[in-house]
Amino acid sequence: MREVAIVAFGQSDHRRESAEVSEVEMLMPVLHEVLDAVGLRADEIDFTCSGSCDYLAGRAFSFTMALDGVGAWPPISESHVEMDGAWALYEAWTRLLAGEAETALVYSYGKSSPGDLREVLTRQLDPYYVAPLWPDSVSLAALQAQALLDAEDAEDAEDTVVDERALAAVAARSRIAAEDNPHAQVTGSPPPEALLEDPYLVRPLRRHDCPPVGDGAAAVVLAAGDTARRLCRRPAWIRGMDHRMEAHSLGVRDLTRSPSTRLAAERAGAFEAPADLAELHAPFTSQELILRRELGLGEGVRVNPSGGALAANPMMAAGLIRLGEAAAAIHRGAADRALAHATSGPCLQQNLVAVLEGDVL
Amino acid sequence: MTPAPSPEVLQAPLVVEFPFTRSLGPVQSAFLTGLRTRTVLGVRTTDGRVLMPPVEYDPVTADELSDLVEVAPTGTVTTWAWNPAPRRGQPLDTPFAWVLVRLDGADTALLHALDASGPDAVRTGMRVRIRWAGERVGAITDIACFEPYDGAEGGEAVPHSGEFTDPVTGIVAPARLDYTYAPGRAQSRYLKALADHTTRGERCPSCRKVYVPPRGACPTCGVATDEQVEVGPRGTVTTFCIVNIKARNLDIEVPYVYAHIALDGAGLALHGRVGGIPYDQVRMGLRVEPVWSEGSRYPDHYRPTGEPDADYDTYKELL
Ligand SMILES: [Zn+2]
Repeated sequence: MREVAIVAFGQSDHRRESAEVSEVEMLMPVLHEVLDAVGLRADEIDFTCSGSCDYLAGRAFSFTMALDGVGAWPPISESHVEMDGAWALYEAWTRLLAGEAETALVYSYGKSSPGDLREVLTRQLDPYYVAPLWPDSVSLAALQAQALLDAEDAEDAEDTVVDERALAAVAARSRIAAEDNPHAQVTGSPPPEALLEDPYLVRPLRRHDCPPVGDGAAAVVLAAGDTARRLCRRPAWIRGMDHRMEAHSLGVRDLTRSPSTRLAAERAGAFEAPADLAELHAPFTSQELILRRELGLGEGVRVNPSGGALAANPMMAAGLIRLGEAAAAIHRGAADRALAHATSGPCLQQNLVAVLEGDVL
Repeated sequence: MTPAPSPEVLQAPLVVEFPFTRSLGPVQSAFLTGLRTRTVLGVRTTDGRVLMPPVEYDPVTADELSDLVEVAPTGTVTTWAWNPAPRRGQPLDTPFAWVLVRLDGADTALLHALDASGPDAVRTGMRVRIRWAGERVGAITDIACFEPYDGAEGGEAVPHSGEFTDPVTGIVAPARLDYTYAPGRAQSRYLKALADHTTRGERCPSCRKVYVPPRGACPTCGVATDEQVEVGPRGTVTTFCIVNIKARNLDIEVPYVYAHIALDGAGLALHGRVGGIPYDQVRMGLRVEPVWSEGSRYPDHYRPTGEPDADYDTYKELL
């Protein structure tokens, strides 16, 4: 099989509000950053794939405006997914694997600030039985968190106890880690015990259990084989990648498990060798605990040194950023084998897992 | 709420409303029609489980499902979340619990609201029953919410024909989302100049093309356009069409002419209505200028200047 690697990654600073820039104005510096990193011009990229969502902007075909930023005229070979950019990366990866391109530019962006994100996200739900009730994204995550807390009460826990303090510990660890991430939106945290003194937002979730709402963009460059070696000192080779999803209805799922993550990880080869780093797209604290169990991540694995989605969760970009952060750690020699995970939809509805490796230097 | 941005950034409210009309399959139709008559239907899978709410296809085996059963209006909470601040469109306007409820006789759970006095009155495993809406139309909202219940447990699911008189075959799902639209740097500059009756394009630093209106980037070079260039006010009709369909909410008599107009100095044409001339006399090359109405932020239309027509060679690249 053809070797394909992530050879460059860039992201914007993620902020609560960005009214002074349009989407393309927010995105363009990130595109230039990744192209400059590999010394390519936009017209030297074989394939471009993007991820975004019209419901965030409230405008149909809003992604066509962002395309101006890549120099799409005269027409380039281009595609778009109405999903997180991690799935755009998946599409680009298959193009490169098929030998149809040597290089690809993948980007995604989301501005949540124009609308009310908790309402906007209800529009992705089952339109017959669920969306008419307008259950917001935090409430759905809270149902999942409560199920997890109940499950640990009912059964003998495995090795760790899942209680509200364990959730707070995920929040504190993530946001303290984010102090080293200049792009993060929320950094630093009081200790878990202090967090538990805050009121509930939607019980059992407190504000610290939830991701910040914000605007941001990210981009990566993919390249195949020797092209990747030429463009990057230590390419982050994509050894495997797969995405799977759960049944549509929340009421038929066991919300405490994520079989789709486990299956995607198996198919991506995640269990063939231990990883030293994992970037998990867990917007809510409880979801990180679920993902850790499905991915079998032990104490030896660094999880989300970037701070993860609890530090910055730009819609449509936060999943791609997990792949980018994992790749960047390999580029700079801070990891040798990394897992990257992206999710989409309510309660970890759809999950993508990639395995990235660097050559031994 | 979104914090207020710096004063030079334009913003405007934007409301998106879409009443989706959706047709129902046979299983969904029976389920929603059943709710209208306080009958709760599930569907039995080929391996014997009862899915409630029922779906047309088994999410595990993908089998087509049609074996309808009636389940009880009472059930058990399988998980919950306390919503202290109900939002627009949600089932109750006082604080409530979101719940997944497995109705007696069913193997899966339904998402809905539980009317309870407070979070301490809710727990996983508690018994609840449906509170029906007073007026029922064949929609999930025919269930007003759940309420605590301490009566007898319902029995096994029993077969049901799914036949009702006057079945519901579709739903109309209204949706409204409110946004605050912000056009960004380049378009804010353009719109602000336009309010002063000045048209400012932006020049690409790489290929030198002047974009009007500017969108912030040159789509050929992929770089920001940041040099402002005043263009017009006069321009040339490069191409046009004659509109014979009256637009809703638009007080313009048909037929009228809608044209591409290349303002002098612009690298591409913008579009606008041409007036002050019979519609059948508008032609390519016609020289026009904007007409501003009192207090308007943009030209109402363009009218002939009276100059000789522009030579084709001067605008052929701008068609
Ligand atoms: Zn240009």
